[in-house]
Amino acid sequence: MASGIKDKVAILGMGCAKFGERWDKDAGELMLEAFDEAMLDAGIDSSQIDAAWLGVAYDVVNLGSSGIPMSFALRLPNIGVTKVENYCASGTESLRGAVYAVASGAADIALAMGVEKLKDTGYGGLPIRTLGTTLDMIGVEGSGPGNFAQLASAYRSVHGVGKEDLKRAMAHVSVKSHANGLKNPKAHLRSAIDIDQVLNAPMIAEPLGLYDCCGVSDGAACAIVTTPDIARALGKKDLVTIKALQISMSNGWEQQQAGGWNGSYFHTTRIAAAKAYDEAGITDPRKQISLTEVHDCFSITELVTMEDLFLSQEGEAWRDVLDGVFDADGAVPCQIDGGLKCFGHPIGASGLRMLYENYLQLLGRAGDRQRQTPPSLALSHNLGGQPSENVSAVAIVGLADA
Amino acid sequence: MITGILSFGAYIPRRRLQRSTIYAANAWFAGSLKGLAKGERAIADWDEDAITMGVEAARDALVGIDRTSISGVTLASTTFPFADRQNSGIVKEALGLCDESGTMDVGGSMRAATSALISAFRSSQAGVGPQLCVASDMRKSRPASEAELSNGDAAAAVLLGQGAVIAQFLGSHSVSLDFVDHFRASDSDFDYGWESRWIRDVGFHGVLVDALDQGMRALGVGADEIARLVLPITVRGVAASVARKAGFKEQAVADTLSLNVGDSGAAHPLLLLASVLERATPGEKILLVGFGQGVDMILLETTERVQSLPARRGVAGSLAHRREDNNYMRWLFHRGLIELEKGMRSESDLRQPLTALWRDRKTVLGLVGGRCVQTGTVQFPRTGLSVNPNQHARDSQEDYPLADIRARIVTYTADALTYSPAPPLYYGLIDFNGGGRMKVEFADVEEDAIEVGREVTMMFRIRAIDEQRKFKRYFWKAAPVVSEA
Repeated sequence: MASGIKDKVAILGMGCAKFGERWDKDAGELMLEAFDEAMLDAGIDSSQIDAAWLGVAYDVVNLGSSGIPMSFALRLPNIGVTKVENYCASGTESLRGAVYAVASGAADIALAMGVEKLKDTGYGGLPIRTLGTTLDMIGVEGSGPGNFAQLASAYRSVHGVGKEDLKRAMAHVSVKSHANGLKNPKAHLRSAIDIDQVLNAPMIAEPLGLYDCCGVSDGAACAIVTTPDIARALGKKDLVTIKALQISMSNGWEQQQAGGWNGSYFHTTRIAAAKAYDEAGITDPRKQISLTEVHDCFSITELVTMEDLFLSQEGEAWRDVLDGVFDADGAVPCQIDGGLKCFGHPIGASGLRMLYENYLQLLGRAGDRQRQTPPSLALSHNLGGQPSENVSAVAIVGLADA
Repeated sequence: MITGILSFGAYIPRRRLQRSTIYAANAWFAGSLKGLAKGERAIADWDEDAITMGVEAARDALVGIDRTSISGVTLASTTFPFADRQNSGIVKEALGLCDESGTMDVGGSMRAATSALISAFRSSQAGVGPQLCVASDMRKSRPASEAELSNGDAAAAVLLGQGAVIAQFLGSHSVSLDFVDHFRASDSDFDYGWESRWIRDVGFHGVLVDALDQGMRALGVGADEIARLVLPITVRGVAASVARKAGFKEQAVADTLSLNVGDSGAAHPLLLLASVLERATPGEKILLVGFGQGVDMILLETTERVQSLPARRGVAGSLAHRREDNNYMRWLFHRGLIELEKGMRSESDLRQPLTALWRDRKTVLGLVGGRCVQTGTVQFPRTGLSVNPNQHARDSQEDYPLADIRARIVTYTADALTYSPAPPLYYGLIDFNGGGRMKVEFADVEEDAIEVGREVTMMFRIRAIDEQRKFKRYFWKAAPVVSEA
């Protein structure tokens, strides 16, 4: 049994670009914006970075191939830059590379960057791309909303929840996130919305309306990681360490085995969450986790994820949502920064943007939106793909002594 | 051994465009069409063509039939999707017929199907095994043309051979004459037709009636002995007047489906034959006629078995399975007759790697999955390692065709964001009875007909069209089961 990653790696600094329709900046400049902040926070210069990872999902309207564009943009000291792509979990995937490098001793200091420039496509939503040679013949070219909307049809059927009840709970998810995003200067969408606006919005993919979907934007976020000892030697006092980092990937069971998965949850998230809690030594997540940043690409995704992270009982998340359990002042706040809903979802950047908020909250640096009960353990959940085939990443960070 | 028809099937697309709607849109320009603006015509959906409709008709004809017994398939049409790539070959792959089956495309005339049928009967008499004759047509027509109102899209299929026939083949007679009532050049989308009065007086009442006279003498049967006369002429009153002039009984004239389907071109003789066989009783003589640059006549006599075939959709089922349509703009768009702004989401390159299609032809065209012989786990597509989490067995799967197995919806959505020629795009996950799960697009969906647990049946459809290279990608979609025939 592996000993796990708990407390072996600390975050030395983080940065996050302003998310939004950044018509003025390309992906390289967005990375530099996040990098500047992280370097200032870390108090090092780039010659001290031993290795770097870059998470980015779309080549077509973005950076082009390889890690070279980041090496150019940040003028890195001729170190190895590994480009990783794992759908919408690419950001957490790049963190994993950097964290593993430090934990192994191969690097003292490593950089994890996530970036995506989506607003050069010419249309809303994510860029269209091939499914791959075989799946282009037999697969379904659905959109993000269409793929995730199917959770709702199955959830209703499996748990006997009425269409209107579920739609209302989904609406609460979005209303809550907009209320949070309003307080965040780096968020893309900063406006309060009400339940009626959500319920009456145009339908994108049944039953997801416009406000059930996260925005599409440009953005970048990065983390600089090192060992706790080096962090302290560099003068850091309050340390945020990695408590757990788990990624689980579908292998076809959900999508290909009849009568198995029922379509209403994420098989992988349950596996990644259980492993992460085990790695972090968490036995009662609803009590022990201070707050979460989850992959709320769509309202229904966030709702079922509450169950998959074992924060709600199966079939009960819709009630917990309506009861305000995950509101900013609830028992376990979710998306206290506004989430994907308000930041939008520059694919490669999202996982690290979530981590950035957890890092700020743990250090008490979240400004107006700072959680008043001092948080000690924070979870980020970064999901790529679609309900029937996906990669689910769970990262738990906490104060070094938590 | 007697030679004859072993089975038959039909397919008429679900949508029936109201002729009054077509007329209403064009009355300002072509007021003279008013006389044709009665009833409805069948229209294929955007993802259908002569091949997909032909496959569905063939599947209907093959209900209860062992497909390994089929020795060949012909597809008759004047609207083949491919000029050079055998269209019947795609039908063969979709039906999962064995690789030794003969395949042939027959086109060029409204007589294509009857000529193919005569040829097949002759080879059957010479000992060739059961053959499938499929006829299917989806003719384009200009807006405000008579053809737009009077045509219809449909397909039919006949399985013929020796043995347990439902109708015995008694003989045939043909004449060939270059009588050009209409034509369509190889590079043209539309028919060019001559004056209807000349066609009626010289074509139907002249050429056709003369040929019927000659043919009945040659076949040695009196016109009054024919219980069912299949004359695929949808012009109002003409089938009856031809029958009268040629001495057939008025009540023998089969309904031409002019009011509820329309003239389905090369498919029409077989479509009407299928309709006649559905209601025929034993011992009836049927004369099937094809007209187009000459005349084909096929004489059949029903046997005791004609009423004992297993249930099928047929023409009656297809007629019942209708959905009234009044969306003229949708129809024009789907036939490429108007250009709509499709948006950037439609711009992706859909080039088909032909290497991949060849490699996966059974998976793609035949919907053949895999069944693990160790655990019984069924999966789609078939792969080297079983999907069963308890036993990822290696190379343990045998071919497992899924096309004729019903399934149930596990998840679904109606996606208004993804580009589709018929938005919203319905898709989801289905579980096949007896195992196997796949992500599918749904076909022929009505909003209230789709829900978790709903039963669906697989249909062969166009998945996507590469407009740049004019290549159609075919695959299977799931259609909600509306009612049992």
